[in-house]
Amino acid sequence: MTEPVIDARGLRRDFTVRTRIGRFRRGVRVVNAVAGVDLTVERGELIGYIGPNGAGKSTTMKMLTGVLTPSGGQLTVCGLRPVPQRVKLAAQIGVVFGQRSSLWWDLPLRDSFALQRHLYRTPSAEHDTRLRRCRDLLDLDGFLDTPVRQLSLGQRMRGELTAALLHGPAVLFLDEPTIGLDVVSKRAVRGFLADLAAAGDTTIVLTTHDLADIERLCRRLVVIDHGRVVHDGDIAALHARYGARRQVVVDLAAPLADPPTVAGATLATVGEDGLRLVFRLETPSAGALITALAQRAEIRDVSVVEPDIDDVVARMYEADRPPAQ
Amino acid sequence: MGELSAYGQLLRAQARAQASYRASFGIDLFVSMLALGFDVLSVIVLYQVTPDLGGFNLREAMVITGITAAAFATADAGIGSVERLRVLVRTGQLDALLLRPLPALPQLVLTELSLRKLSRVLFGVVVLAVAVAAAPIQWTPARAALIVLAPTAGAVFFGAVFVATASVSFWWVESGEVGNAFTYGGRDLAIYPVTAYQGWFRRIFCYGLGFATVAYYPALALLDRPDPLGAPAWLGWVSPLVAAVAVGVAALVWRAGIRHYRSTGS
Repeated sequence: MTEPVIDARGLRRDFTVRTRIGRFRRGVRVVNAVAGVDLTVERGELIGYIGPNGAGKSTTMKMLTGVLTPSGGQLTVCGLRPVPQRVKLAAQIGVVFGQRSSLWWDLPLRDSFALQRHLYRTPSAEHDTRLRRCRDLLDLDGFLDTPVRQLSLGQRMRGELTAALLHGPAVLFLDEPTIGLDVVSKRAVRGFLADLAAAGDTTIVLTTHDLADIERLCRRLVVIDHGRVVHDGDIAALHARYGARRQVVVDLAAPLADPPTVAGATLATVGEDGLRLVFRLETPSAGALITALAQRAEIRDVSVVEPDIDDVVARMYEADRPPAQ
Repeated sequence: MGELSAYGQLLRAQARAQASYRASFGIDLFVSMLALGFDVLSVIVLYQVTPDLGGFNLREAMVITGITAAAFATADAGIGSVERLRVLVRTGQLDALLLRPLPALPQLVLTELSLRKLSRVLFGVVVLAVAVAAAPIQWTPARAALIVLAPTAGAVFFGAVFVATASVSFWWVESGEVGNAFTYGGRDLAIYPVTAYQGWFRRIFCYGLGFATVAYYPALALLDRPDPLGAPAWLGWVSPLVAAVAVGVAALVWRAGIRHYRSTGS
């Protein structure tokens, strides 16, 4: 297939918000939740769609999946127009919205899966193969017979992921799939998604606030803020553009009166007792800095901290925002 | 066919889910039995005060009441659960239905279906059967057909009213019980002879919204009575047509509503 799986041009969605002014009067304000997003996703890609709360991530996801009608722009997903061809599209996509359940609340997980097979009219053999794989990888066997309402969040999310995949969707939309999960469940979900992406058949669009998700999973990041795409590229490009710096943390045996100055490294902070120095690196190598330090003092420990994507994203949001009046 | 079996599975799932709350299912059924028939009872009580209402005696009026009761109960049991839409819209749970490869309306109706309402259908049909047996009707094949046609068309009509009024919540999330004014209100209106109402009220609700064609005119045709208001006799047979128009309008409103759906944050 040469045509992209997702093709959005100038995608917009406005909401009218009624606000109360005074006791009886009400004002109407138009909010551009998504204000002209261009997005092309090729088959087999995994993209991280990130942005702060209220940036328009979920609204975009809902337009891509046919839940919300766009206010403007052009959009095709799997060659279909999501809202007019919603039923057709639904058969080709899988969706996990972290805050919503697609499972049957009062039925055991096993029954939800069986229903899923009927709703999507998946051939039994395919269904069974996929279910077996999910049971192994997501470790579902312990709670297959528990009603969904009694599952823990982590168990439910693993169930949701399975349900979204049983019909073999071409595109998987995940809106904050790891939100609220414990470390073990997060790791299980993340590992599963990494494998799925590596297999290359499924296109995955992922929104998340979890930076470990992003670093582990997403080669391509699309960052949205105020309804607009502010970055589209890999993590390295993001670092380069918004100037993330690696940090070197040095623990000394004794306080150092005047730390050496080395080109390409600036001293960021000194610990209260003077034993811990934190440098910000402008150059790729920490070698020169360590050498210079080692000549002046006894080093107990050195660690290099990779730039935190959190930091990068925060910085980007600030850069993008118009200065406060 | 595949789609039908998918709906069948949805229905079975709903039945199992409801049965999983055994106690509350039983209580529901009990309360539902108690609530049965208050609308019908109110007509009978009214006739204890006056032997004649709008030119109809109790036996004649009960034909009107019976048709309405059977039609409404069928619509309520079949599609009345659509009124749960306002909860799904307010909480954003409608998303889950929109993400499945089936039209949203049948899914909504099936997943919210209240099985206890089935007992009311039986009750409505019994009321109609008793009323028809007690009324002075001279049977012809056409009238025999009408006794099936009228409640069926009426059920479709009420179903359309349910869908159209439920769809209001797409625009007006806090619509509350407004829909009930037209559904339950429409039933309470249509169990009495139209002659009991007057003026603008009658013009708007009985004729403008079509409630008079549900039971009043079919009952006149069954009883072989001319309309005291002077309408032609064929009006007793137009209820399927009116129902079809209502379905068309309801479908348009529903479709526009789905397009207008805003979901909820994240």
